[in-house]
Amino acid sequence: MKPILDVKNLTKDFGGLRAIDSLDIKIFRGEIVALIGPNGAGKTTFFNCITGIYKPTNGEVAITHPKRDTEIINDLVPNVVVNPLFRFLPESVLKSLKKYFPQLLFRSLKPNEITERGMARTFQNIRLFKNMTVLENVMIGRHCRTNAGIPGAVIRGPGTRKEEKEVIEECYRLLKKTGLDHLSDELAKNLPYGDQRRLEIARALATEPFLLLLDEPAAGMNPQETKDLVDLIYKIRDEDQISILLIEHDMKLVMELSERIYVVDYGKGIATGTPEEIRDNPVVIKAYLGEDIEDA
Amino acid sequence: MEHENIKYFLELFLSGLTKGSIYALIALGYTMVYGIIEIINFAHGEIYMIGAFTALIVSSVLTMFGFPMIAILILATGTAIIYSSAYGYTIEKIAYKPLRQAPRLSPLISAIGMSIFLQNYVLLAQTENFMKFNSLIPEFEWLKPYKEIIGTEELIIIIISAIVMIALTLIVKYTRLGKAMRATAQDRMMARLVGVSVNKIISFTFIIGSALAAIGGVLIASYIGQINYYIGFIAGLKAFTAAVLGGIGSIPGAVLGGLVLGWTESFGTGYISSDYEDVFAFSLLVLILIFRPEGILGRSTSQKV
Repeated sequence: MKPILDVKNLTKDFGGLRAIDSLDIKIFRGEIVALIGPNGAGKTTFFNCITGIYKPTNGEVAITHPKRDTEIINDLVPNVVVNPLFRFLPESVLKSLKKYFPQLLFRSLKPNEITERGMARTFQNIRLFKNMTVLENVMIGRHCRTNAGIPGAVIRGPGTRKEEKEVIEECYRLLKKTGLDHLSDELAKNLPYGDQRRLEIARALATEPFLLLLDEPAAGMNPQETKDLVDLIYKIRDEDQISILLIEHDMKLVMELSERIYVVDYGKGIATGTPEEIRDNPVVIKAYLGEDIEDA
Repeated sequence: MEHENIKYFLELFLSGLTKGSIYALIALGYTMVYGIIEIINFAHGEIYMIGAFTALIVSSVLTMFGFPMIAILILATGTAIIYSSAYGYTIEKIAYKPLRQAPRLSPLISAIGMSIFLQNYVLLAQTENFMKFNSLIPEFEWLKPYKEIIGTEELIIIIISAIVMIALTLIVKYTRLGKAMRATAQDRMMARLVGVSVNKIISFTFIIGSALAAIGGVLIASYIGQINYYIGFIAGLKAFTAAVLGGIGSIPGAVLGGLVLGWTESFGTGYISSDYEDVFAFSLLVLILIFRPEGILGRSTSQKV
């Protein structure tokens, strides 16, 4: 089976600092995978690289949508979408010219195009649209799955209205799933913290991802909220067959939830395996505690 | 005499409302663009001027062919909207998009350059003289008795502006594109990450803003009766004042700012002196900037602690 996310040799430099150093990560359909590591290990940078916010210095990121072919979405050489000016050229010509004029003929995928291909994420620090209602926040997530344009906005024909109705129904379904349906008309900024986190997940789900990236979803949550979050993540995976990659510092949650774990330190992948394997791995313990295992 | 006073007041009130509506239509373009990419599109006044010129050309041609007045009004306005929107769209692509990551002064200078370029382009391509703009708005018979208070043109301007502004508010509040606009204004990167094509939304904002300016251009040209290449400058400045008055970035603020400005000018000229129209407008701006720099409806920008 092909991995749905295949990251090969990913490297990202910021000036002289190597934030990510030849990282390899594979995620398969329906998996819950955790990415852990000490602070500053490059976990969020990794998320930014695969969602197209950063351009990697080296390596490539490929995704395989369950219904589509494998596609390299982030790479050193932009190789994804043909520059619209040259769309008329046949594919074979483009491929042979790629060697010579990569920057001219091709461009990289933008973050919104990556989201459109089925990868959605949440942030470590909540980034909701604070002055919009809960329902509107989720509806924004449907933007890339709908297509009412300027004529639709002005004339509002039956097609537009049907689409809007479907969007609202789907959004209520997601709000129900995340337990926020009774708050749909509340402004996002007025929600309690745990609800805001779940709203971020609902908004990400609205984009119909096949892979959901969660950046510290349990940060700042109380034990009850964390427990609800675990249930929600299982529900998302089991009901919608969405794979999940999460960054998390709460080790109890990571050990309980994830099926596989990748450990990074100083941008390098230092270990991978099941929670049990990781728990007893001396290299991991060293990275976290910063001293030799004999002395511990 | 009491009766005369009330009538005079009403007349000033309505002429202020008419002017204010036009200011508001143009101010909306400034405020929407500022709300979404935080630049002042100084070429916006020129978009309005181009709208008026397009309408003049189309209406002259159609008048020659003997079209009925209402058809001319609709076709001329439609063409003006399309032309102005195309200009607005292109200006954004040429003058602002390449400078999206640049320091904030760069797009401002680019905007002023674009404004000067467009003025001179119309000056060279069309004419430097004032052109007579025949009224496109038919007279209503039933309004004749009230002629001293309000003319048909004023009434039409007020009604059309109100409809357009309500429609805009509904579009921004309820439609898919409107939501995407608000999301982009609040957090551009996050909007991208939930799949909103930010470039398209920015283009959409410019198109809508330009369409509003075109409508304003056609209406005011028809009302005043003459245009030249320079009308965009003063109108743009006044509309910008209106946008700042109301709180730049806020849509209801632009409407309110436009109306307040219109009334200030109208009552100022009516009760004090007609020589000081611009003085009243800009004094108001200075006062607002001193006592409420964020504008009437603007959000305070003070940092949270």
